[in-house]
Amino acid sequence: MATEILMPALSPTMEEGTLAKWLVKEGDTIESGMILAEIETDKATMEFEAVDEGTMGKILIDEGTEGVKVNTPIAVLLEEGEDASAAENVSTAPAAAEEAPKAAEEAPAPAQAAAPAVVSANLDPDYPEGTEMKSQTVREALRDAMAEEMRRDEEVYLMGEEVAEYQGAYKISQGLLDEFGAKRVIDTPITEHGFAGIAVGAAFGGLKPIVEFMTFNFAMQAIDQIINSAAKTLYMSGGQMGAPMVFRGPNGAAARVGAQHSQDYAAWYAMIPGLKVVMPYSASDYKGLMKTAIRDPNPVIFLENEILYGRSFDVPVLDDYTVPFGKARIWREGSDVTIVSFGIGMQYALEAADKLAEEGISAEVVDLRTLRPIDYDTVIASVQKTNRCVTVEEGFPVGAIGNHLGATIMQRAFDYLDAPVINCTGKDVPMPYAANLEKHALVTTDEVIAAVKDVTYR
Amino acid sequence: MATRKTATKTAAKPNTSAEELTAYYRDMLLIRRFEEKAGQLYGMGLIGGFCHLYIGQEAVVVGLEAAAKEGDKRVTSYRDHGHMLACGMDPKGVMAELTGREGGYSKGKGGSMHMFSKEKHFYGGHGIVGAQVPIGAGLAFSDKYRGNDNVTFTYFGDGAANQGQVAETYNMAELWDLPVVFVIENNQYAMGTSTKRSTMSPSYWERGAAYGIEGEAVDGMDVLAVKEAGEKAVAHCRAGKGPYILEIKTYRYRGHSMSDPAKYRTREEVQKMREERDAIEHVRTMLLDGGHATEEDLKAIDKEIKAVVNEAAEFAKESPEPHLDELWTDIYAAEIPQENA
Repeated sequence: MATEILMPALSPTMEEGTLAKWLVKEGDTIESGMILAEIETDKATMEFEAVDEGTMGKILIDEGTEGVKVNTPIAVLLEEGEDASAAENVSTAPAAAEEAPKAAEEAPAPAQAAAPAVVSANLDPDYPEGTEMKSQTVREALRDAMAEEMRRDEEVYLMGEEVAEYQGAYKISQGLLDEFGAKRVIDTPITEHGFAGIAVGAAFGGLKPIVEFMTFNFAMQAIDQIINSAAKTLYMSGGQMGAPMVFRGPNGAAARVGAQHSQDYAAWYAMIPGLKVVMPYSASDYKGLMKTAIRDPNPVIFLENEILYGRSFDVPVLDDYTVPFGKARIWREGSDVTIVSFGIGMQYALEAADKLAEEGISAEVVDLRTLRPIDYDTVIASVQKTNRCVTVEEGFPVGAIGNHLGATIMQRAFDYLDAPVINCTGKDVPMPYAANLEKHALVTTDEVIAAVKDVTYR
Repeated sequence: MATRKTATKTAAKPNTSAEELTAYYRDMLLIRRFEEKAGQLYGMGLIGGFCHLYIGQEAVVVGLEAAAKEGDKRVTSYRDHGHMLACGMDPKGVMAELTGREGGYSKGKGGSMHMFSKEKHFYGGHGIVGAQVPIGAGLAFSDKYRGNDNVTFTYFGDGAANQGQVAETYNMAELWDLPVVFVIENNQYAMGTSTKRSTMSPSYWERGAAYGIEGEAVDGMDVLAVKEAGEKAVAHCRAGKGPYILEIKTYRYRGHSMSDPAKYRTREEVQKMREERDAIEHVRTMLLDGGHATEEDLKAIDKEIKAVVNEAAEFAKESPEPHLDELWTDIYAAEIPQENA
């Protein structure tokens, strides 16, 4: 029987890719392990190997085709004795991903699946009205921000695992080695504690390092240098010297990577005086805030999100676009409830607001963008208007950013509240691997909607 | 590759002048008297918290500072008073930091373990064992990046030598040819644990061979031996040959900190070291025996040092406590000025 060869998923977050090149042609004998094709994901070009033996019956997707969804049949493999006609009846529609048997209680749909590709609901722009915009992924915005700042300041350099020759484990530093050379784009050994410390020393010496952690999970190896050395030295030296540097990398859950690779560190770092902490959602904020982070004379923790890397947003076309720290962005104005979030939490917040609008509930959605400093005033002003607040984040519930916001709102706007503040957070469990459990472990749009209904007594 | 030496190196011949030798005597004596005074002030409750004295190890920093030039950097652990005095920081500012006063190097906000001086290229004063090692390599990285010939002296103890980040740093320092002298001050005790009880291969400098880093062991009770080894190490770094390791065998006479009863070693062991190997006595004998100084000359130096230390102590007592507003300053640096931007 003819076997369909499907477009493979080559990374935890890949949804589609480019079929860059076929290395076999119809009629070729295929052996297991042979390289069939080169496939470009958003991160890398990967070789795709045959699993089964047979004869290449038909190539369904031409090389050079972009946006091929994962699980789309791309070729048909014939078994011994079959002729080409066996390949004719195959459709090119993506096969539905094979569903695992459902657990007894149905899990809500994954929130990210429904997110719009381009978000442009900016009610309070950080750029002049009428500015030309272009659609850019978060990944491109980050790369552009670093490149612009490296052009502007010789003392800015990038170091981390796979940032140079590999072009970035998540392709964030693509092209930087070519433009800036090995002196300024530096591959390190896998030695987070050591290279974070070297970067802190370089910053004490007056350079402005950007340290990429392949993910912030690995920064736990380096957290002593981040907190004890980078964050505290300005204070301990009576203002004589500090660490003008950026620690950046993906933070929080990606997809199905398990407990050790799926933690949100927002609340951890936001607790530390001496650090600045940034956790953007949109590409324009990634760009503008990264430029501000590199220029800031303090250590900045820049928390990115792998799932957002490939997502596109409108980014202003300006020579030097920066976004100030400590200024929240109101994505959507509303009157019934304030939903406060940051980073990928914004996805749930915005989705919930869309759905709530259909039910006649008007939600104001505030994106904090930076967690240290926090723009308390924008949150308070909004709560004073709506009298209700729900916070949304993916991190653990104990000592969450939402806890802190709730306490602040109580202190500053108690008389305005018509309901308790509800914190929607990730669950109080290590991240499970099973797909259904992982969805439940993260905050969901449905939970945000339920929380809003609770505080609006609907 | 590392050259293997089994014997601890001592200075072959006096590589110095009478004038220099007298200066080393003065510098070492300043550290010792300063530390004795600090111990006294601690006993009086004027210095609080942790206070780690450098008494016994003076020849290490004085010998290495003799090999340094302007622009060279230094970074060390929490046993840092000697390093600061040796690189020329003001004893008044150091002592006032110990008492937690406004006139201290960190305005009273750092304390004994956390002092810095941009002017003297002294980068701390680090309280986490071993954390200063990658930092030192990073300071060297900044000099290499800028293309100058400065060297960074990165001091740490036999205890820190067992930290993972030291191994991580050796690897990158050699990989990138960083101009850093790793100075292992082996005083034989990591707090209360002797090297014999903590370390499988107690010849710490030889560990560099695993990374292709050259190094040697040095008699740390002989300031001239330290100076000679320092000059060799510095020349290696300035020539662009990468890092160098000096394991300097020394001894601390006092406990790990002021609150350490030092029950892990005998009184006789300490006494023997003081009587037979003391670095200051060694230089004193050289000066007198060589006819470079008279008892009178040395007495005059003692007196002069005593005055400097007393002045520092007076300043440290009289300097006011920091204003309460200081609680809220120096947490964040101001924006980078436009001209630097």
